[in-house]
Amino acid sequence: MVAHLVRLRFRLLANALTRSPWQAVAVVLGTVYGMFMLFLVVVGLLFLSSAPDSLGRTVSVVGGAILVLGWTFLPLLSSGIDETVDPARLATFPIPITTLLLALAVSGVLGVPGIITTLAALATSLVWWQTPLVAIVALLCAAIGALTCVVGSRMLAALTVRISSGRRAREAKTVLVLIPLLLLGPAILALSTLFRELRTVLPIIADVVAWTPFGAIWAVPGDLAIGRPGTAVLHALIGIGTLIAATAVWRWALDRALERPATSTSFSHTQRGLGWFAIFSGTPTGAVAARALTYWARDPRYAQSLISVPLVPAIVFFYSGASGDLSGLLFVGPIVAVLLGMSIYTDVSYDNTAFSLHLQSGVSGRADRWGRVIAVSVFALPTTIILTVASVWVSDSWERLVGMLGISLGLFITGLALSSLVSGRFAFAVPAPGDNPFKSRPGGGFTLMLSMFASWTALALLALPEMVLAIIGFATFNQSLGWISLAVAIVLGGTLLIIGVRWGGKLLDDNGPEMLVQLQRQK
Amino acid sequence: MPENPTLVPALEISGLTKRFGEKLAVNAVNLTVPRGSFFGLVGPNGAGKTTTLSMATGLLRPDAGTVSVHGLDVWSNLVEAKKRIGVLSDGVRLFDRLTGLQLVTYAGLLSGMDRAVVAERAADLLELFDLDAVSGTLVVDYSAGMTKKIALACALIHAPQLLVLDEPFESVDPVSGANIRDILHGFVESGGTVIVSSHAMDLVQRMCDHVAVIADGRVLASGTTDEVRGSSTLEDRFVELVGGRRHGKGPEWLRIS
Repeated sequence: MVAHLVRLRFRLLANALTRSPWQAVAVVLGTVYGMFMLFLVVVGLLFLSSAPDSLGRTVSVVGGAILVLGWTFLPLLSSGIDETVDPARLATFPIPITTLLLALAVSGVLGVPGIITTLAALATSLVWWQTPLVAIVALLCAAIGALTCVVGSRMLAALTVRISSGRRAREAKTVLVLIPLLLLGPAILALSTLFRELRTVLPIIADVVAWTPFGAIWAVPGDLAIGRPGTAVLHALIGIGTLIAATAVWRWALDRALERPATSTSFSHTQRGLGWFAIFSGTPTGAVAARALTYWARDPRYAQSLISVPLVPAIVFFYSGASGDLSGLLFVGPIVAVLLGMSIYTDVSYDNTAFSLHLQSGVSGRADRWGRVIAVSVFALPTTIILTVASVWVSDSWERLVGMLGISLGLFITGLALSSLVSGRFAFAVPAPGDNPFKSRPGGGFTLMLSMFASWTALALLALPEMVLAIIGFATFNQSLGWISLAVAIVLGGTLLIIGVRWGGKLLDDNGPEMLVQLQRQK
Repeated sequence: MPENPTLVPALEISGLTKRFGEKLAVNAVNLTVPRGSFFGLVGPNGAGKTTTLSMATGLLRPDAGTVSVHGLDVWSNLVEAKKRIGVLSDGVRLFDRLTGLQLVTYAGLLSGMDRAVVAERAADLLELFDLDAVSGTLVVDYSAGMTKKIALACALIHAPQLLVLDEPFESVDPVSGANIRDILHGFVESGGTVIVSSHAMDLVQRMCDHVAVIADGRVLASGTTDEVRGSSTLEDRFVELVGGRRHGKGPEWLRIS
């Protein structure tokens, strides 16, 4: 049964990849990248074997803890949770929960990230190859650690995805998950000060982390190597206990998810009147803007793409606060401008096949594009301006205000132009409406990342004039260059936006049916 | 010589072809839907009904063939043709994070209608489909039947001359189904044309005055319902045309006792 379910996972993956060759390319590239990282890790660990034992211990504890933490929490932030085999779909089959648990764990380990993590974990034994007994213990601990990684990610997936029935509750939970992410800022402050005295502080961190569930198991071989068998036993117990506890929680969450499959028939949310539709003009453009803005507020997938907006100032503030030089804050405006400008990059992909309504009604591509641009501008333009002004204020560099506004607005408007163009032609693999916003599709993230990277490059080139002007202005303390930069940002950016919207609109008009086919493939 | 407008068919499909990779989904389909008819499109699963209707309504580009609505070529006059067609697609999502009222309003405004007209018609349609009590509820929280009805309201708001409905009665309760049929009959009596695809032969036989049987991407029979079914029922005629009916009660192990 376990083997059968694991085969199902690979069958599903293979079928998904044959449907979309680009996704296959992305998976291959992702694998190559992973192999490269693995190679670096192995080389690094080999070097460590000739270093003092305490250093080897410190590195494996910190590295291992990062691995477990990353597996458990990072999928929420970036790559998403692999749900190739969705337990909820298996609910109708009479599969014992223990079998299902085992099958999901095995298929988690056998994915590309799972294999690379396991190999990297096992490679930690290379540190101790000169003392074979410790190396063997390290192999065992690495296996437990790698398994903890997989079980940790599965546990959080089961906890976040379908713990409770009802869409509302699920969405509320998604937002709850976002809060700890926002608290990353302060955590990064602590880390950034610590990194300053890395050599002296790292062993202390390692000692502390070694007593946490994330790092305990990785400390065992090191403990043995520096001659502390008692501590080693305690660490081993914590590590094994963690794995058992995580498995128990996962089992409980999975059991609950299977007993109460998501059915959403709660008539909780009602709204009188038309909402944004009454505020925007009664034209196709206004309607698209009203609809898009409603979605920005109601659809957790959009909220997910905005996580980074409060995160950027927090990280930069804590980082520059730690270094005592607040001028780093000036990067906040431009970074947020890029993020917000590019945030409508996957707008049509988020619509999924609901986009067919646009196609049926014969709305012009241009109205579609403008509507989406207007919706995001309603909140993103003030946000960009406020954050730019605030960063200038906090860092007390008022002489750079105009130039900074030039850069931020230029990047924002040009970003809108680019995303209007690209999203008029390409659909990306994104979570479908109602899905867990953190769910990933195999290779989807990577394809999106590749095209995003290309677009960022294009964005940097297109917004180069205002950036160069402003920076020369900063360097020469020439205020008027700042004003020219702002003017260029508005005129050049505005022109590019018009071109982007018209071109993207034309592409959408000409290729609407093909777009729908692409979207249907994502369904 | 200008054609008599009453003789120009509501929908005329000729040589329509679509290939998905190896599979010929729609194979040189010819179909004429007279104006003012209630036209049923029946066929087994995977026969190409949805593909044909998608191409006929300008949602899927055909590989070959032409489609004209009231004499207007659809694929060279997409926007103009779409104004005349109301579509209910099967298996596509709706913008379901909008409330029912917002969704219908959205569909109306997208078609370029005036806000006041949209508001009036949206209210009418919600009442017509018994959805006014849930007009403020998000469509994602609707039942399957209510979702079908709200999608139908979206297809109707711009007062199309031709309604193309893919599986409109699926998962609709009997009362709502009867109400929808009344609305569609009223629409046909006033001169509109309705095309429905369905699996329910009884329903099509009772409801439609014209019918076409489609299987494996080809039209097997087409004409008035009485012509197509002859002396038997539509269901028997359909099985006779399409084949694949098996006789027997299934394997031994499936019989309890």
